Amino acid sequence: MRPFTYARAADLSSAIAEASADGTSLLAGGTELLNWMKEGIAAPTRVVDINALSELDYIELGATELRIGALARMSAVAAHPDVEREFPALRVALEKSASQQIRNMASMGGNLLQRTRCPYFRAEVELPCNKRVPGSGCAALGGEDRSLAVLAGSERCIATHPSDAAVALAMFDAVVRIHGPSGAREVPIRELYVLPGATPHVETVLAPGDVIVEIALPRSRMTSSSHYLKVRERASYEFALVSAAAGVESDGRIIRAAKIALGGVAPKPWRLMSAEANLVGVSLDDEAAMRRALARDFDAARPGRQNGFKIELAKRTAIRALQVAGGVA
Amino acid sequence: MSIGASIDRLDGTEKVTGRARYTADILLEDVVHAVIVCSTRAHARLAEIDVEDAEAAPGLLRIFTHLNAPRLGEVWGPPLGQDLLPLQGDVVLYEGQPIALVAARSLETAMAAARRVKAVYRELPFETDFSTGLERGEIRPIFFWEPDSHVGDAEAAWLDADVRVKRTYRTADRHHCTMEPSATLAVWDDGKLTLFDAVQGVVDARAVIAQAMGLDPSDVRVRNGFVGGGFGCKGWVWPHQLLAAMAARELGRPVKLVLTRAQTFTSHGYQPATIQTLAISAKKDGRLTGIRHDSILAGSYVGNHIEGTGIGTRSLYACPSISTTHRLVRVHRGDPTPMRAPLEGIGLVAAEIAMDELAYELRMDSIALRLENYAEVDPTDGKPFSSKRLRDCYEQGAARFGWSRRTFEPRSMRDGRDLIGYGMASAIFAAFRQPSRARVAIDAEGTVLVETSTQEIGTGVRTVLPQIAADALGVPVEQVRLAWGDTDLPPAPMTAGSTSTGSAGAAVHDGAMKLRQRLEAAGAKTPADYADVVRRLGVERLIADGEFDPPAESSKALFSFGAIFAEVRVDEEIPIPRVSRIVGVYDAGRIVNPKTARSQMIGGLTWGIGQALLEHSATDHRLGRFLSKNLAGYLVPVNADVPRIDVSFVEEPDPDVNPLGARGIGELGAIGVGAAIANAVFHATGVRVRALPVRPEMLM
Amino acid sequence: MESERTRREVRETAAEPTGVPRRVGAQAVGGGPADEPIESAVCLSINGERHTLIVDHRATLVDVLRERIGLTGTKKGCDRGECGACTVHIDGRRALSCLTLAVAVQGREVTTIEGLAKPGTLHPVQKAFIEHDAFQCGYCTSGQIMSAVACIAEGHARSEAEVAEYMSGNLCRCAAYPQIRAAVLAAAEEAGR
Repeated sequence: MRPFTYARAADLSSAIAEASADGTSLLAGGTELLNWMKEGIAAPTRVVDINALSELDYIELGATELRIGALARMSAVAAHPDVEREFPALRVALEKSASQQIRNMASMGGNLLQRTRCPYFRAEVELPCNKRVPGSGCAALGGEDRSLAVLAGSERCIATHPSDAAVALAMFDAVVRIHGPSGAREVPIRELYVLPGATPHVETVLAPGDVIVEIALPRSRMTSSSHYLKVRERASYEFALVSAAAGVESDGRIIRAAKIALGGVAPKPWRLMSAEANLVGVSLDDEAAMRRALARDFDAARPGRQNGFKIELAKRTAIRALQVAGGVA
Repeated sequence: MSIGASIDRLDGTEKVTGRARYTADILLEDVVHAVIVCSTRAHARLAEIDVEDAEAAPGLLRIFTHLNAPRLGEVWGPPLGQDLLPLQGDVVLYEGQPIALVAARSLETAMAAARRVKAVYRELPFETDFSTGLERGEIRPIFFWEPDSHVGDAEAAWLDADVRVKRTYRTADRHHCTMEPSATLAVWDDGKLTLFDAVQGVVDARAVIAQAMGLDPSDVRVRNGFVGGGFGCKGWVWPHQLLAAMAARELGRPVKLVLTRAQTFTSHGYQPATIQTLAISAKKDGRLTGIRHDSILAGSYVGNHIEGTGIGTRSLYACPSISTTHRLVRVHRGDPTPMRAPLEGIGLVAAEIAMDELAYELRMDSIALRLENYAEVDPTDGKPFSSKRLRDCYEQGAARFGWSRRTFEPRSMRDGRDLIGYGMASAIFAAFRQPSRARVAIDAEGTVLVETSTQEIGTGVRTVLPQIAADALGVPVEQVRLAWGDTDLPPAPMTAGSTSTGSAGAAVHDGAMKLRQRLEAAGAKTPADYADVVRRLGVERLIADGEFDPPAESSKALFSFGAIFAEVRVDEEIPIPRVSRIVGVYDAGRIVNPKTARSQMIGGLTWGIGQALLEHSATDHRLGRFLSKNLAGYLVPVNADVPRIDVSFVEEPDPDVNPLGARGIGELGAIGVGAAIANAVFHATGVRVRALPVRPEMLM
Repeated sequence: MESERTRREVRETAAEPTGVPRRVGAQAVGGGPADEPIESAVCLSINGERHTLIVDHRATLVDVLRERIGLTGTKKGCDRGECGACTVHIDGRRALSCLTLAVAVQGREVTTIEGLAKPGTLHPVQKAFIEHDAFQCGYCTSGQIMSAVACIAEGHARSEAEVAEYMSGNLCRCAAYPQIRAAVLAAAEEAGR
């Protein structure tokens, strides 16, 4: 770790001002930032601790949306009765993330800004990785790609986004509220992340000085019939091989509306937009019809050396998540 | 009787309060923190090492490289882990090889400076994938075993068989992942070295370190209190201990060196991937006529470790023709090393899956097939087993597990969306014995002091050795103190190969029996008289020296046995296998402490779960490195992976093995499990997986 | 043969410069690294005792507890938040001391294994760990126990499956997992009486 100066932000505006400076990192839960610093992935010269900004630590159910402050801890959100009742997929996604120790530390805002678990990116030394050292190449291409993306990767990067919560939030059409040097704005979470393209190190639309202050989940009838299914080899404490968040509005067993987002398959939480349209009118018991509905979204899938199985696994996971969300499995 | 009592661990209070002291817990005022810089290349010559930037850090004391490090004395292993000594030249033969050592007053400074050491390499061709060089297979001895064995004529049996199974099996590269990263603290005083070290064998370590440092062994003392797990990687001496000793001498200050978690993946061996081909021939009734077990093992250019995967197969079943071969393929990696469980722990994966395949060929029950070929004598040499209750293990295990509920056909048992599979396998493990010494003394208070250099790495010697002494003397175990982990004490063997209870314990037993005779000769009628006798004799302590010197050869075949039964559940669509039940029944002679023994077996069985379903250290062969040197990328089982485990023992004291009648159990639990789980996966899914770990893509 | 591709070839074939820095920042606000310290005097409250010391900002809580304050019961297993051996309580909740900067815990209450029970006594969870033989080498045990105490306090010890899940952030390579579950359930039951 490089030596750094340390300060505590007294209020949001000073945090924004500090965050605008080159070489400054904001410290919330620290569960990611410290690891980046230890591995040399990040080397800030100044760390600004924002944990004292208690105005960003809240969970509030309003008439039209659930608002989660960026500094609310993952464990607090997971345990909140309104989340449990109205957004069960988010609760499950959070409970299946990391460990309780980490959930107690990690903030919701920070959770969204996790970086990939690609083993080349996370190595103890710099390996060819365009995220870590832009221009250094991507050793994952043609390498050990079992855990990596089958959708929407590029010639420069096939990393996946690791957040479970982000997958559930993408399915819920959550929005992220941001305060920055030029004021406040709102970004749908699906637009928060950018695809790797030629610049894999650019991961979000956040500009210098931008601070996520709130995540808002719109309330709807569908959200309470939702589920998050995380598939991993270890029974706990592991990142997803593949995951699916699904929300279903059904009439008996017939799907009236569905939303699905996948994790572990793409550089960002991946909504299955064609499938969502195609699933309307399909029975939750008719797995063959559900498979047909899902097919289009995988047309562009590009398997690598080892990760091709994820395409099929993702379909099966999505079907099961829909069934659980719809109450038939 | 203390032996056989399920007493709580005597070091329990220390361990639950954080007072148990491990090597890195020793704090010294003037300590220097040292951090190793590792090669990022698998094969190269060091053209240049730029330390200027790193040396600029305030608080930095020195950076050692091959250009300024003192020469070390010549040593060959084992017990040196690898023959290439650190910082002695510019040749790099594996990724992770130490190329510099950074010493600083604070850990933060040392860690940061280590990242700023820049090496320039002249790269050389390398190969880390042993499977690309099978034709290069080399014949090397496996410790004291011959690499090849031939009883009868397996080729002829094969040609003549009613039923044949020939398959190739693979096991993966695995890492020990002790929770305590290896740590060492070197302190010099007046030309003498004390090394506090998380090592499984202080006596062996002393010999190596003395030689490397050019000292008489009497000028080296190696000590440890508690060791946070070993499982093999802390058995030999590896470069980091030598570096700490060297740096401390050069700097004239104590040096503490703790491996980073990433470094533990390249600094002290690993369990190498294997390719094993089993060819089994049998008659229609299930009687085996021939077994051939050919293994290809990864090795290195810095040592000669070769896994004895076929050793267990030599003694497993009654079969007139058994051939085993082992071939070593060297690659540019650090040397492999034993890991719980070596030998049979890897070899029985192949042998016992092959037996399951044969059972299906014959359409015969797995246990019936094994009973049909039950070995009453060691097929290697016809020696009778000292004690073998494997038949009881099968029977009791089957009953406890409910094996009779198993329906033979694959995919024939299910619960909702879950396919259910039952699988079983045998376990066999050679009972090793090592010479050992112990001193047992009693003072005028009646307190017994047991002294032996053995190590407490979690196996429970801290508890069972006092039990053995208390039992021999007839005193309560609370009255017994143990001193351990110190080369100044009577020498005990390395805590490896499941030998501590049997060998160190036998020496303690011997010493305690001799002490008892002396006390009784001096007039003690009952243990209540001991203190008075010591007082009457007017000595501070009455002392007896215990010895255990097993003969090199035994007229009996010495083995431990077990039968493992596993139930797996596999969701049909999303096929992640989960172990839902395990029953293990073991024959390991006498059990000194059933409570700690049970934990030891549960531990071993869990290692088997890891081997079967999780553990696989991925390598990028283009980069020549283990890819994920961390505990998020290398998966060891977590709490939720481990079901309730039913462990029991068929107890029969084995007087041939040692006076205690106790054979070792540390490795036994980790043997046969991988095969039992893989066999259960086949039964559940109908998919025969011949490469561990079983992964979902293999079942889709 | 793929394995004959050298590392250099991997770098060369994969590398194409893009040259965009990760963030292009405005001027630093209020001072900068040059005129501000890289270490600070902090007052840490550990097990109810106050410790005033100067810490390098880089120093993690686990290192300061161990190397500076002498509380070596807290163990470092991975230093990356992947094993749980360094678990302590911060303001009563379990947290990882390897992912916590020491300078950032000023004003918060830290409890370590040494502070769990009064000297000479054992916390019920500590007793249960001994009774159920919930450890072997003992290296992960401090973290397991700190995690277990919190697990019970959180109300996450209502069933064996729940304990298994909520204790899965603490690796144990000796694998005393079933015994750990038994100990936690027993201690939880006692706490509930």
